[in-house]
Amino acid sequence: MYPNDFEYVAPTTIEEAVQLLHTNEDAKVLAGGHSLLPLMKTRLASPPMLVDIGHIPELRQISVNGGISIGAMATYHEVAQSAELKQRCPILADAIHHIGDAQVRNRGTLGGALAHADPAADMTAIILALGGAITAQGPNGTREIAIDDFFVDMLQTGLEPDEILTAITIPASTGRTGMAYEKFKHPASGYAIVGVATVVHLDGAGAISDCRIAVTGAGPKPQRATLAENMLAGQQPSKENIAAAAEQTSAGLELLSDISASEEFRAHLVRVHARRAIERAVASAG
Amino acid sequence: MAITEAPAKMFGQAIKRREDPRLITGKGNYLDDIRLIGTLHAAVLRSPYAHARIKSINTDAAKALPGVVAVITGDEIAKEQNPLPCAWAAGGVTNNVNTPRALAVDTVRFTGDGVAMVVAESAYLAYDALDLIEVDYEPLDVIVDAEAATQEGAPQLHENAPNNVVMRWTCGAEEATAQAIDGAEVVVKQRILNQRLLPTPMETRGYVSRYEPATGEYTIWMSSQAPHVHRLLLSAFVLGIPEHKMRCIAPDVGGGFGAKIFLYPEMAATLYAAKLTGQPVKWVESRRENYLATTHGRDHITDLEIAGTRDGKIMALRIHTYANLGAYLSTIAPGIPTTLYGRMVAGVYKIPNVFVEVKGVYSNTGMVDAYRGAGRPEATYVVERAVDLLATELGMDPAEIRRRNFIQPEDFPYDTGIGMLPYDSGNYEPALDKALEMVGYQEFRKKQAEARKQGRLLGIGVCSYVEVCGVAPSKWIGLAGEGWGAGLWESANVKVHLTGKVVVTSGSLPHGQGHETTFAQIVADELGVPYEDVLVEHSDTQGTPFGYGTYGSRSAAVGGTAIFKSTAKIKEKARRLAAHMLEAAEEDIEFTDGKAFVRGAPDSAKTIQEIALQASVAYDLPQGMEPFLDETTYYDPPNCTFPFGTHICTVEIDPETGKVTVLRYIAVDDVGKVINPLIVDGQLHGGIAQGLAQALYEGAVYDENGQLLTGSLMDYAIPKADMVPHYELARTETPSPVNPLGVKGAGEAGTIASGATVSSAVIDALAHLGIRHLDMPYTAERVWRAINERNGGKHVS
Repeated sequence: MYPNDFEYVAPTTIEEAVQLLHTNEDAKVLAGGHSLLPLMKTRLASPPMLVDIGHIPELRQISVNGGISIGAMATYHEVAQSAELKQRCPILADAIHHIGDAQVRNRGTLGGALAHADPAADMTAIILALGGAITAQGPNGTREIAIDDFFVDMLQTGLEPDEILTAITIPASTGRTGMAYEKFKHPASGYAIVGVATVVHLDGAGAISDCRIAVTGAGPKPQRATLAENMLAGQQPSKENIAAAAEQTSAGLELLSDISASEEFRAHLVRVHARRAIERAVASAG
Repeated sequence: MAITEAPAKMFGQAIKRREDPRLITGKGNYLDDIRLIGTLHAAVLRSPYAHARIKSINTDAAKALPGVVAVITGDEIAKEQNPLPCAWAAGGVTNNVNTPRALAVDTVRFTGDGVAMVVAESAYLAYDALDLIEVDYEPLDVIVDAEAATQEGAPQLHENAPNNVVMRWTCGAEEATAQAIDGAEVVVKQRILNQRLLPTPMETRGYVSRYEPATGEYTIWMSSQAPHVHRLLLSAFVLGIPEHKMRCIAPDVGGGFGAKIFLYPEMAATLYAAKLTGQPVKWVESRRENYLATTHGRDHITDLEIAGTRDGKIMALRIHTYANLGAYLSTIAPGIPTTLYGRMVAGVYKIPNVFVEVKGVYSNTGMVDAYRGAGRPEATYVVERAVDLLATELGMDPAEIRRRNFIQPEDFPYDTGIGMLPYDSGNYEPALDKALEMVGYQEFRKKQAEARKQGRLLGIGVCSYVEVCGVAPSKWIGLAGEGWGAGLWESANVKVHLTGKVVVTSGSLPHGQGHETTFAQIVADELGVPYEDVLVEHSDTQGTPFGYGTYGSRSAAVGGTAIFKSTAKIKEKARRLAAHMLEAAEEDIEFTDGKAFVRGAPDSAKTIQEIALQASVAYDLPQGMEPFLDETTYYDPPNCTFPFGTHICTVEIDPETGKVTVLRYIAVDDVGKVINPLIVDGQLHGGIAQGLAQALYEGAVYDENGQLLTGSLMDYAIPKADMVPHYELARTETPSPVNPLGVKGAGEAGTIASGATVSSAVIDALAHLGIRHLDMPYTAERVWRAINERNGGKHVS
């Protein structure tokens, strides 16, 4: 419960924060702190410096124009409360409802969750299913990382050590869009043993024009069920073809096995929750 | 003065707890709130191995860290202190008692065993210094399973305990039971596991120790359920000093569930460190340490056999249990699977032949001792599972088989014949009927049959239980056979001060139960004073009379009765003084509702306040009367009390995922007379949650290397608010004849019944698939696998 000594700095601009990360090799970014601080208190992580980006006002902004941009330091609570996001992207509030408790949602941030890349986090699957992108700023400027390229492995992302995740962008959706998140939570931690996020787009005739299915909790990193996505593309959604596609969602996934759930059970939960998520996503497409 | 209407009785009133405003607004005074000037902070280095020889410990670098005052090892303390005593060597434990020392010497025997203690100017520095201690371990073979530990060739923990056996203990009639089983019409056998649990009080353990060199006196603030007993054991047994050289104080205690009854190594180590450094030393446990090094509960492997007639009469019950007691014997560990388990396995039934064999076993795991219910949840689970299995075998309704075998009201006091004291009073059928009516039993059975046709899995579970509370008559518990070797009485002092305010000092103390409220309710009624005028003091060995501690749901029955008897003595003295004040004969004075008056002439009354003033100023007392209304009672109960009841719950299982949802939970309990219904309901809510959580969520898991895999709240699933149902409570009331209050005890009943109840419901939901038994906890995967195995890999739907 007592971390090692560390230095704490609270810059007020992104440039300043990036400079601090660049010049202090093992410095870590502090966002909401809900993952990092427990690791430090149990001394599983002992960074010599924390760069608190909570005092940089522009990182908190949420803007909904054509596309959506959510500042990295927007808290779960702020994201869930945004009326525009609720209307345009209801899966965010839907999933945030499953995260922690009110205190956690008031502190935890969307950017922090993605940058930490906990294999059982909820938001990783949500943004992956939404086909978003990450905006990162480093000493050499700003770049966009497609979400499909962002998650590298357990707790590893495409961010460089001296880069800061500044915003999450989600493309504007066209036509009829439906989305849903189904989660089987760990009874102790509340994290996902398995979580499946699905976003479907229907064409004018009601057929599935595009579909993204993202799975969290089951493996070391969030993964897409591309085989099932392809099976559904172009199909008129029905109970049968959704069930058939859902049966394929566990195929090709990298799966974990531990005392919470075996690999076999995780694969099964993926299939069950994928079917439920796809059905609900299709039903919600306006 | 004029007699006004008698005040409303406080006994039985659902008043809010007087403790709560301070506790729920953050104004409590818990262990970590104790801040003494000059306090040093301690941290314990714990073994990463479950079994290893300590070859060497190098503390030089840690000692050299600025701000570190001392680094202490086990060898050093062993020169001054004895190992912790085992205070209840039940079951014939004699020559193989192995208890922990303040810090391990030579060998560590479980992951988390303390190896060294750092004392530093801040907690941060103390933890920094832990990283600088070098320990050279020689790892030894590890055994964690109790049955495997008793097999030839298993790793041995202690030289004096061959095959790791602590004791083999039996009760009941072995021969007669064997004959009854051999000749029975129906016999059912089953192996069942009662998994290990982690008690998880919200406040972890912690101690602040201080030594006064001038007087040689120690003071220790402790998060404790039994400060008087801790003083006795620490002073006389561990330190070898007279007990009046030690004072133990329990401040507000944030839960214990049994785990804070016991003596712990860190108590002894901080006392040593305080004397060594000459400064107060504080140690506060982290949650990780709480899971590793505070005692655990349950962990039984049981083979049960139940025999009956075809028409459902139970003829015999035979139990063989391996009780895993961990690496060392905790303070009362041997008493739990023997006296409080074995002697209670007959439950609420008339069973003519019972035999129980318990093997207590050492293993490379944390110590196991009493945890809420302590032996009775295990006993209830065994007998209720057995009765359900027999019902299934006979095709008989589980409620009906219970009814047919209940001990009848006219049978009390009832002796089960297996060495428990006679059950004091009971009337089991009304509680069962009430629960069945509340749940709508027959309608649910119809609904269940309908649901099954649609592939839905509904289940209903019934548990009728009896437990033992209000422990215990000293003569019984202290006899050599039970091995307690001490009494279990309680004491209380009641004073009515000059102003009429009443101060109760009680040997019984709370760790969340609300003693300050309920004890004041008793006194307000008996003395006829306003409830607000009664103060209850407790938890400090300096200033309160001796008490054995709070556990076994004993405070109201034993401590409450001590208070009640002290008020009776006060009333008697007040009556005598009133006679003098009224110039009447003593035998003509009546004391009612706080007033003494000449019988038939209530207008002449002297109030208790007026009498107290007279007793205090004392210039006009009867010949030979001592001043002050001040009375003490040492109360030794003539019997234990035996609460009972029936719990029923309904569940639905998701056939796709195996996830169990509790639909309704009904509890009809009979805890005797109820002092405060609000507090009793609260105790039941919390208790039910804990047993329900054992059935559905909790379970400590060690791997084969003795590493605790469920070592944090991220891994060990205690229930959150959305994981427990709404509870529907009702009561029947059968007063206990044992004590004048008629109370039985309510602290553990919920836990004792609810694990078996939920288990019964889950197995009932799966019964039509041919599933006869499943071990707890009913995690989704365990249930899913059971369903799948019965369906050839196909979903039920």
